[in-house]
Amino acid sequence: MMHQKVVLRVVSKLLIPPILLFALYVQWHGDFGPGGGFQAGVIFGSAFVLYAILFGVGVARRVAPPWLMRLCLVAGVLLYGGTGVASLLLGGNYLDYNVLAHDPLHGQHLGIILVEFGVGITVAAAMITIFNVFAGQSGDEE
Amino acid sequence: MVLMLFMAAMAIAMARVRDLFAVVMLSGVFSLTAAAIYVVLDAVDVAFTEAAVGAGISTVLMLATLALTTRAEKASSDRTKSLPALFVVLFTGAILVYGTFDMPHYGDKTAPIHSHVAPRYIEKSGDEVGLPNIVTSILASYRGYDTLGEVFVIFTAATGVLAILGRTRRRRRNEANEDARPATGGPAADKEGARP
Repeated sequence: MMHQKVVLRVVSKLLIPPILLFALYVQWHGDFGPGGGFQAGVIFGSAFVLYAILFGVGVARRVAPPWLMRLCLVAGVLLYGGTGVASLLLGGNYLDYNVLAHDPLHGQHLGIILVEFGVGITVAAAMITIFNVFAGQSGDEE
Repeated sequence: MVLMLFMAAMAIAMARVRDLFAVVMLSGVFSLTAAAIYVVLDAVDVAFTEAAVGAGISTVLMLATLALTTRAEKASSDRTKSLPALFVVLFTGAILVYGTFDMPHYGDKTAPIHSHVAPRYIEKSGDEVGLPNIVTSILASYRGYDTLGEVFVIFTAATGVLAILGRTRRRRRNEANEDARPATGGPAADKEGARP
């Protein structure tokens, strides 16, 4: 669709890796600075959206196939819920991370990281899915 | 304050402008200004979310919607119809502004938000959760149920979009496939074509 826009393509190719890296930074650094799963998921998804805008939805779908995105969509929710179930099985309340490790603080850390990761996966997959479905409506632009 | 005036000006502009592309762009700028206000209020996490979701993704989604529909707004010939709407909007706005008079002043330390659970979070979360960012520990640990609910909201939204729009796209692609190939297409095409 935009094969002739060389500047846009080159700049976005330069931009997409830092965007993904920044998303991962926001994801794993959310314990210490601003950020967390939601923001990281959106940023991660926006990199794919940028890719889809520039190179066409069909190419983007080959990078992030719909079945994989749907799997991620569910996996994130299950990871969040599963963390809660795990803490139930280990003798705590639902989503009580204290029991996840020997030390309550470590348990909290582990629980929060898992939960935020679940949020991030689901949000990113949801953004990519919604955009692809919207953009795919207008037929194959390739 | 200047930012808020800027936002008000943009809201009026959004209502006036007929070109929907400009409206989408203005709403993106609106969100970015809101994010700037959150930064001024020291709510960095909220600002981050507003900038990423409000200014980033929703603008892109609106643009994708525009690509599917038309760019120009339908001109409404009947201006008298908008008078009751204007009245309702002004009335609701007046009530909301009246409601804010009961709110505590910004930075008031006796405000309810500073006197119930917030001091406990600030004092204890270092010992109980151990994260430097209290916002994260509140979101993910103390308010884990709420965040789980939010994730389900996102999940439900994506599932809903897939249920409404995903199916038509697949059917259209199948038709294209069937046009291109002989009637005995791939097994996947057959299976999906058999569905009502």
